Amino acid sequence: MTLRDYRYASQPFVVGASAAADFPAHTVVEETLTEVVANDWVNDEYKHLVVTASPKALAVKPGQFFHVLCPSPDQGDLWFRRPQSIYAIDKDAGRLEFLYKCVGRGTHGLATMGPGDKCNIVGPLGIGFSLEPQWKNIVVLGRGVGLATMAPISQLAGERGVGVTAILSARNASYLLSREKFAAIGAAIVPVIDTDGTSAVENVEAILRALIDDGKADAFFTCGSNRLFQVMRRLGKEFGIPGQIAMEQIMACGLGPCYVCVKTFEVDGQKVLRRVCVEGPVFDIQEALGW
Amino acid sequence: MVDLSVKIGALTLANPVMPASGSFSTEYAQVIDINRLGALVAKTVSRNFRAGNPTPRAAEVEAGMINSIGLPTKGLQYFLDVQLPDYKQYTPPLVASISAEDADDFQAMARDISAPGVDAIEINISCPTRKPGGGNFALQANHTRDIVARVRSVTDKPVWAKLSPNAGEIVDVALAAEEAGADALTVANTILAMKIDVASFRPALGNKVGGFSGPAIKPIIMRMVYQISKAVSIPVIGCGGISNAEDVIEYMLAGASAVEIGYINFRNPTAMISIIDDLRDWCDKRGIKRIADLTRAVRDDDMETDIYAAAAQGL
Ligand SMILES: Cc1cc2nc3c(=O)[nH]c(=O)nc-3n(C[C@H](O)[C@H](O)[C@H](O)COP(=O)(O)OP(=O)(O)OC[C@H]3O[C@@H](n4cnc5c(N)ncnc54)[C@H](O)[C@@H]3O)c2cc1C
Ligand SMILES: Cc1cc2nc3c(=O)[nH]c(=O)nc-3n(C[C@H](O)[C@H](O)[C@H](O)COP(=O)(O)O)c2cc1C
Ligand code: FES
Repeated sequence: MTLRDYRYASQPFVVGASAAADFPAHTVVEETLTEVVANDWVNDEYKHLVVTASPKALAVKPGQFFHVLCPSPDQGDLWFRRPQSIYAIDKDAGRLEFLYKCVGRGTHGLATMGPGDKCNIVGPLGIGFSLEPQWKNIVVLGRGVGLATMAPISQLAGERGVGVTAILSARNASYLLSREKFAAIGAAIVPVIDTDGTSAVENVEAILRALIDDGKADAFFTCGSNRLFQVMRRLGKEFGIPGQIAMEQIMACGLGPCYVCVKTFEVDGQKVLRRVCVEGPVFDIQEALGW
Repeated sequence: MVDLSVKIGALTLANPVMPASGSFSTEYAQVIDINRLGALVAKTVSRNFRAGNPTPRAAEVEAGMINSIGLPTKGLQYFLDVQLPDYKQYTPPLVASISAEDADDFQAMARDISAPGVDAIEINISCPTRKPGGGNFALQANHTRDIVARVRSVTDKPVWAKLSPNAGEIVDVALAAEEAGADALTVANTILAMKIDVASFRPALGNKVGGFSGPAIKPIIMRMVYQISKAVSIPVIGCGGISNAEDVIEYMLAGASAVEIGYINFRNPTAMISIIDDLRDWCDKRGIKRIADLTRAVRDDDMETDIYAAAAQGL
């Protein structure tokens, strides 16, 4: 099979215009069988999957995802893949890590896999986060599964000496996933939870305003909560802070042609449909209408 | 080694494997060598921009999926200016797919899309969520005859009519398309279907109903390819539920000259390439010299229809 470097051919899907925006270059995609190294529970809902990976798969960038063929958890079969964003990239060990929440048949099927099992993945897919060199301090805001998506960009920022404030949101303290991961990169961690009311919109807004005042917010990154995204978007607009959001949508192909995964965005007052799989999953926070 | 080439009228394909419209774009070139495909079939285009249906646009069902994408398109001009040159970077013949809501526009679309570089035109007269007189013309023989005749009158390109499995009498529709001058028939589009989420009481698709595709529909479409192939003399292209090389062989035995593959590209983006490799192995193992010889090779002529006579033959 010849795999070639390839730039996406199709253009963003702009209502009422055939104007073509330019895409960043993409990595080559591969359908491969990886081997499960570990697949352990981190709490009663989330599992941490570690698989071996080919050099192409290891070229994955923060914010990109893989389309995973999950085994069936029952007597039936599964007919769609399940998108999972990259949680950690270990180039030295040649391993990829995912952090996923067991919600339905696909993720429960994935949970049945153990060390040595073969897992078919397609990727890396999509456009990931970008980290501009002029940013000295960034704020990442994640909730639930969105925390997984925020980890690699925080790691990259840490490696580049960019200051990271990680606002981690969850129902209660036991769901504050990957706290250690954010701590390890030296991020300032601000946990907010539902049980003590700290995850309320007003409180998160106050935290963000304080960070802006302190000059700790050159850029915003978020995933996992519509409520908190709206706050970030509003403050981003008020203070002219650039922001990026990682979105989710049901997918079929994950590669671009089927148009199953569209979401509505607003660009210059015009409604625009974009495919989460190839035009995202990371989008400009000001253009997104909802998580 | 087997000769995998097949002919669809005047058009020769290097092998019988093509992607089905809407399941494929040059974006697949990142994962597979799309130059190995028998032909490239583009997503259906309409004259003007269409946003498509509300989300969710697809749902998983047993042995396949249902979708209500709603034919989003950036329009004909975008296809000609951007997508056509993009497709022409690759070597396989290009099949353009067109749709329209009325007969006049269908005719004009066929004329306007007959550009250099388009090797055949598949007319999508079978979008399942449209009305008989408003896009799903293939539900009825008279509408089909009208559209195919109009398209035929304005283009010299090979015309493939994509039929609807939702038609009551699909053989009559196939005959109407043949009489009106179609060069080939693609059998078929998706089957109108539905899924309701029993937790939320809501239809799983934003459009409420949508088209069923994937392995579950293969036996239904197989029967249609078989019956249509008995009735018409133009080539038939089998399309529905193919997931491996045996499925392609089965469609060819039923009467297909080539196949189009949709759903399985989503599950396994490398599937079409594996299928081409496996077809070669399958034929080589059996000493089959030309895959085209398998078309209509189903052994059914000598089958007794009387159960007692069949018993006497040991059947
Ligand atoms: C780009 C991207 C990255 C993601 N990253 C992660 C991650 O790192 N960790 C994690 O836990 N989850 C992630 N998700 C969500 C994850 O894909 C869904 O939780 C999963 O598909 C649910 O499948 P299921 O069969 O268990 O659930 P079901 O609810 O039974 O799924 C039924 C169908 O709906 C689809 N579906 C349901 N929820 C979602 C959703 N939120 N997004 C997309 N499709 C959905 C499934 O794919 C399936 O087709 C991501 C989604 C996207 C689009
Ligand atoms: C997501 C999706 C989009 C489709 N879009 C089109 C289309 O634009 N035009 C068309 O003629 N058929 C379209 N189809 C139908 C397929 O081309 C094909 O006829 C059908 O899916 C049956 O084949 P399969 O079972 O191999 O998927 C679409 C099917 C799917 C699943
Ligand atoms: S999932 Fe097919 S286009 Fe995005």
